[in-house]
Amino acid sequence: MSTTKIILVICYILFAPLIGGLLDGFDRKISAKMQRRVGPPLLQPFYDVIKLFSKQVIFVSRYQIFFLLSYTVLIILTGVMFFAGTDILMCFFVMSTGATFLYFAGMVTSTPYSTMGANRELLQMMAYEPAVLLTCVGFYLAEGTFNVGQIASSNVSAILYLPGFFIAFIFILTIKMRKSPFDLSTSHHMHQELVKGLTTEMGARNLAIFQVTEWYENVFLLGVVGLYIINCNPYSLIAAVLVVFATYFLEILIDNTSARVKWDTMLKVSWGVTLFTAGINLIILMII
Amino acid sequence: MVMPVVPFLILFPLFMACLMYLIRNDNVRKITAFIGAAAIMTAVGILTAQWSAGGCQVMTLYTETPLADHVILAAEILLMCVVTILCFEYHKYWISLLSILPTSGMMWLELSGSKIASSCHVYIDRLTILMCLIVGVIGGLIVIYATGYMKGYHEHHKDLKDRSYYFTALLFLFLGAMFGFVLSESLLWIDFFWELTSVCSFLLIGYTREKEAIHNSFRALWMNLFGGCALAVGILLFAVYQNSISLHELVTCCQINQFLVPSGDSTALGVPSIAIALIAFAALTKAAQLPFSTWLIGAMVAPTPSSALLHSATMVKAGIYILFRLSPAMYGTMTGSMIAFIGGFTFLATSLMAIAQSDGKKVLAFSTISNLGLMVACAGMGQQETIWAGVFLMIFHAISKSLLFQDVGATENSLHSRDVEDMHGLLYIMPRLAMFMFIGIAGMFLAPFGMLISKWSALRASIDERNIILVIFIVFGSATTSFYWTKWMGKLISHTHLTEKKIPEVTRPTELLSLSVHAVLMVLLCILFPLLSKVYVNPLIEEMFGSVTDVLPNNVLIMLSFIILLVFAVPFVSYVYSRKVTFNRKGSYMNGVNYGDNRSFVDSFGERKVLWLSNDYFRNIVGQRKLMKPSQIFTASVLIVMLVIIIGGAAV
Repeated sequence: MSTTKIILVICYILFAPLIGGLLDGFDRKISAKMQRRVGPPLLQPFYDVIKLFSKQVIFVSRYQIFFLLSYTVLIILTGVMFFAGTDILMCFFVMSTGATFLYFAGMVTSTPYSTMGANRELLQMMAYEPAVLLTCVGFYLAEGTFNVGQIASSNVSAILYLPGFFIAFIFILTIKMRKSPFDLSTSHHMHQELVKGLTTEMGARNLAIFQVTEWYENVFLLGVVGLYIINCNPYSLIAAVLVVFATYFLEILIDNTSARVKWDTMLKVSWGVTLFTAGINLIILMII
Repeated sequence: MVMPVVPFLILFPLFMACLMYLIRNDNVRKITAFIGAAAIMTAVGILTAQWSAGGCQVMTLYTETPLADHVILAAEILLMCVVTILCFEYHKYWISLLSILPTSGMMWLELSGSKIASSCHVYIDRLTILMCLIVGVIGGLIVIYATGYMKGYHEHHKDLKDRSYYFTALLFLFLGAMFGFVLSESLLWIDFFWELTSVCSFLLIGYTREKEAIHNSFRALWMNLFGGCALAVGILLFAVYQNSISLHELVTCCQINQFLVPSGDSTALGVPSIAIALIAFAALTKAAQLPFSTWLIGAMVAPTPSSALLHSATMVKAGIYILFRLSPAMYGTMTGSMIAFIGGFTFLATSLMAIAQSDGKKVLAFSTISNLGLMVACAGMGQQETIWAGVFLMIFHAISKSLLFQDVGATENSLHSRDVEDMHGLLYIMPRLAMFMFIGIAGMFLAPFGMLISKWSALRASIDERNIILVIFIVFGSATTSFYWTKWMGKLISHTHLTEKKIPEVTRPTELLSLSVHAVLMVLLCILFPLLSKVYVNPLIEEMFGSVTDVLPNNVLIMLSFIILLVFAVPFVSYVYSRKVTFNRKGSYMNGVNYGDNRSFVDSFGERKVLWLSNDYFRNIVGQRKLMKPSQIFTASVLIVMLVIIIGGAAV
């Protein structure tokens, strides 16, 4: 492993939560502006997490922390593998395993809202997994390798070959980032049919851990978005960052302009979009 | 070279079967069965040792075997008589035709004195040894398990007549048939052992003699015999055309033909390619691919050891084995595309149907068919890396499925239910059985276990082959596969619900022994899998294809071992940590006043409402009733059209 990769990995471990938290802060700020509110300060997500860590520890189940910690470690590992430039399919496999542990963390409490949220989380996994795997297939077809390092240093940006895969990935990113209309497993506000869903029974430190892991995960996912853009030209890095920001803004916009859908709509729409955009792109790539 | 261990492996289980049938004392039979199973495992060990002492070379044995040929012919006729009598007894007259016709074909071939070039009858290479190990070790463990299980089974089902002697006898007979099948090179022998496994499975499924069992057993019989007919026709065609009954000659013959027709026009390959298509079709019935999947689901009525034996170690693997043997000849042909398509479609369709099942054994049945679909697709593509993936899928599947079946069986004996919904919180009620189940399920799909690696290389191979449909099948199929496995695991770890009732665990030591060995094997396999790939599976591919390239690059292997360590270590460390955590327990949020037990709350009328949590099944969307018929019709039409094209194109 070269030094740049090691630096990248260390940067990811250290700064991903900061970036994720800041993005979260922007999210709240922009959402507030869209709703004509003032909104919380930019650093509010950090204040929240710090406060959660200092609270008294009250759980429903002793074993929840065990699953949550496994989830955290596996998600960080996903990001580490990604920024170390290893196999992208492996990254996503580890991510799915991590997500499975999150599902366990919801199920282990055996309480109504948490279980409902966990069931829906599992459905979400089923909804986004084809698009995620197809993303890897797309990269392999475009660049002839699953290796993130090689994909990033190719001559042409992958998006030129993979516009359909890109659309499918952006689409399922809404599910993955728990944004409306696909925020089925958790919600931002308590007073809804699923209360807080998956996170209902997570309190104090557990919720803080969950939050930080989400930040790690978001940075990794946005990294994948950037991978579509980046090539051997150093200036592509700037383009990638711009596209990442644009994508994030798009997610916020979708979040604020749509209402939650039912699970079957989510599954049908996400599989449909995946099949249609990525499928057509796949056929074109394979025939040529 | 003479290896007495080969006939021993085929004949000894037969002898044990007779012994089992005669011994009517439970304890004596148990000990005898134990010794018999141990002897079989030892014999497999000796076979492996002798073969590796010979330098792991391909061995061909028994060129002139007139006596054995006659015995096998006689046995085949006997088998036909048994089937015919049973069919008449239960008024299923037409099924007997499916046995009479192929048998008479074989009789004609052997007795008409047509000149058949003599060749070896037994062929031993790495694939054979691997199959022998799977059949011997897993099958032997299942027999050991069965001795304990049947006792519990009959305590639980008092209304049924205890015929354990007959059941154990059949298990041994089955093992003998499987050994014969994988060791044979002569197509006539293969045909006989094929029929024998079909009939054994038929008898095992009908063990309880209840109405449903009889109905399902005859369905299994006709589907398997129908495949047997296709096999017999394929063999006859090839034997008449080429004057040979050697399996490898068939494959080589087909490959040479392909070589001679470089235009890629695979339809103009003549008789051998028809034979290959028919035999591959037969393998589809054995591997329970759509449209023939229903027999395997119906087989769930039988006691668990037979399900385990049918599903994991033996029966269904026979179909996969023969497809692997044929795969070099199927590469790039119409037959190959047909097999790959059917396999891929089965993988997706049955994994969808598995979502709607809540009966534990049904879930296992559907997942078996689904996983077999993936293996069939791998064989159909017929490339080095897909066969590599397929072989690994087969090893992992054999161990984890056998573990899971036995575990569900043991759970059922204690819990008196095998419904996944009733396993809510099994981890707190029967921690041992739940842990075994967890290992089994994790082995089936969770990263970084082998199934996943295999799926990965299957995916890569289908991209390389530019097989769009298969890529789509694998991508969507793996999403649905994770779904039904994960929700089962979630059920196991959920708290409360059943903890009020105390349920005594009645698992017997023999059952535990078999389960533990399986679990250890599973974990070892996950850890040693890169090594296994290097020392065994890569050479196996080399034997089949003449060359081998590493399917997984070295850095991926290193990364894998790292992830494996981490995935084992992380839960362990956090488990230790979570035990030390001091915390205040709180009642869960119920949107009503919690009664304090996290199980019930006060509703708006002030009454107590008890909670019942359930998984998602979506029966109305992906249920068997909804999907099975359409997928059967679809795959049947695909098969008919493609077979007509293959046969018509080759015959012209």
